[in-house]
Amino acid sequence: MEVKNKILDKSFLKKIFRSKGAYLLLLPGMSLFFTFILFPLVYSLRMSFYKWNIVDIAASEFVGFSNYARVVNDPIFLRAALNTVVYTIITVPGQIIFALIVAILLNQKIKGRTFFRVAYYIPVISSWVIVTFLFEYLFGGQAGLVNFILKDILHLVDFKIMWLSNPILVMVPLNLLGIWKGVGWSAIIILAALQNVPPDLYEAAVIDGAGIWHKITKITIPLIRPTLVFLIVVLTIGGFNVYISGLLMTKGGNPLDLSHFILTLMYKKTFTNLDFGYGSAISYLLAAFIFAISVIQIKLLRRKVEY
Amino acid sequence: MLITKEERIFRIIAYILLICGVVIALLPFMYMISVSFKSQIYTFEYPPRLIPRDPTVENYIEALGKDLFGINFLNSLFVATITTVSTVFVSSLMAYAFSRIRFPGKEVFFYILLLGMMIPPVMLIIPQFVIAKNLHLLDSLWGLIIVYVSTTLSMQTFLLRSFFDTIPKELEEAVMVDGGNRWVIFRKIILPSSKPGLAVVAIFTFLFAWDEFPWAHVAIKEASRRTLPVAIALFQSQYLTKWGLLFAATTAASIPVIIVFVIFQRYFIQGFITSGLK
Repeated sequence: MEVKNKILDKSFLKKIFRSKGAYLLLLPGMSLFFTFILFPLVYSLRMSFYKWNIVDIAASEFVGFSNYARVVNDPIFLRAALNTVVYTIITVPGQIIFALIVAILLNQKIKGRTFFRVAYYIPVISSWVIVTFLFEYLFGGQAGLVNFILKDILHLVDFKIMWLSNPILVMVPLNLLGIWKGVGWSAIIILAALQNVPPDLYEAAVIDGAGIWHKITKITIPLIRPTLVFLIVVLTIGGFNVYISGLLMTKGGNPLDLSHFILTLMYKKTFTNLDFGYGSAISYLLAAFIFAISVIQIKLLRRKVEY
Repeated sequence: MLITKEERIFRIIAYILLICGVVIALLPFMYMISVSFKSQIYTFEYPPRLIPRDPTVENYIEALGKDLFGINFLNSLFVATITTVSTVFVSSLMAYAFSRIRFPGKEVFFYILLLGMMIPPVMLIIPQFVIAKNLHLLDSLWGLIIVYVSTTLSMQTFLLRSFFDTIPKELEEAVMVDGGNRWVIFRKIILPSSKPGLAVVAIFTFLFAWDEFPWAHVAIKEASRRTLPVAIALFQSQYLTKWGLLFAATTAASIPVIIVFVIFQRYFIQGFITSGLK
């Protein structure tokens, strides 16, 4: 009741009228945002409950949760989900550990910091399409640099490994690519956090005779914990959304659809098999899963900060 | 502060590790450039060589003259430029409203917009495809631009608002006293004092639009309207093993990005720290 009164209240209407300038400023952006982001979000939820007919939308048939049931019972989806989860479990800690090392090193009084920052950042700004092909070339079976290093320089193996044609081995270049491309970004964020750590804390620790390892684990990491939590959440979301590298390197899940990630499978089901309802169900399952994981991570990791 | 012996050793180790890291970060690119100057027979030589034997520019001549590479390049340039200009315009208007004006529903609008930052773009590709199809925006560069602006809008608005919030309000009061209106404030005070912020938004948006692949991949079928990432991806599937040719094309495609980045790297770092986002 109170709310209703408030809306009908003259002064409220007057306020809206007087704010028309503000609404005018929001209009172009908000109309784009509603049409191409929010509306699609809702629309896609609707599609996931239909046997969607792309040619004649009116002929689409409501099928309840059956798209979702098909997704979770599909062995190809389960394999894709496994590949994606493994990718996330490997690349998130991988990026953070290397980024932490780089950031701590860059935070020392060293010369050429700008050069190092730019150099570490170049993989981040480079295009996923291009770096995927670069890794494909480096991991090539016949003349790839990686095989050369493993076989002829380190003598770890005595044959050339066919990285790209095996659905399990192809995950190696894909995961390494995920780590390699992301380290620079995390390192810059961690470096910014490190620069806010007051130096006198370290000096006190030095007087107490603490070593470098002690300084890092007992002072640095606890102090930048909020940044690390932020990174873990953001990188996990990024990990579940891995798409371009998988699509290009496995040529769309080959061989036998065994090397899919969740989103490459969504792409194939939607745009190759034209099963739009199924594709939408996959993307909603992924979104729900990502949301749940993010909430859990934030709760768990925040709690630890308290003591 | 005294430099202990431990610290000196640590610093030497730091340099060694950092240089190793740089080699790992940059080696693939050096390799790309190297292969782009190799003729086809040398791209499969074993052991692989970083310095090409008989370097040649024939890959560049072939790649740049081939198919529609020039058109694809111009498409990318067009899409990235229009997307950047539109995004800067639209998001600075919104950021100004959020930063300076009190109006009913402000919080609600802002949080809805923040939601946009959390939705993974690939998830929206299916419904966007259906909508674009109905609006006849498929196979059109404007269809790319409009989706790119919508996608990057929330992050850029969020970023610009945080820049606008740091501008002191006293200046505006002076303008108001002199009889100026909000538009004058926006043009004469807000925009000039947030040049670094606008630069960050422009760079981010340009790079995003230049590199975007998933949407362009589904939205464009007509070869003459492809942007570079799509053209390069299809190029590779067409000329499967012509690595020299492919890497000549990718090297050429990377040049604008590298130039923009090296010139503006200061703003980049600032942008990340302010926004905390990719």
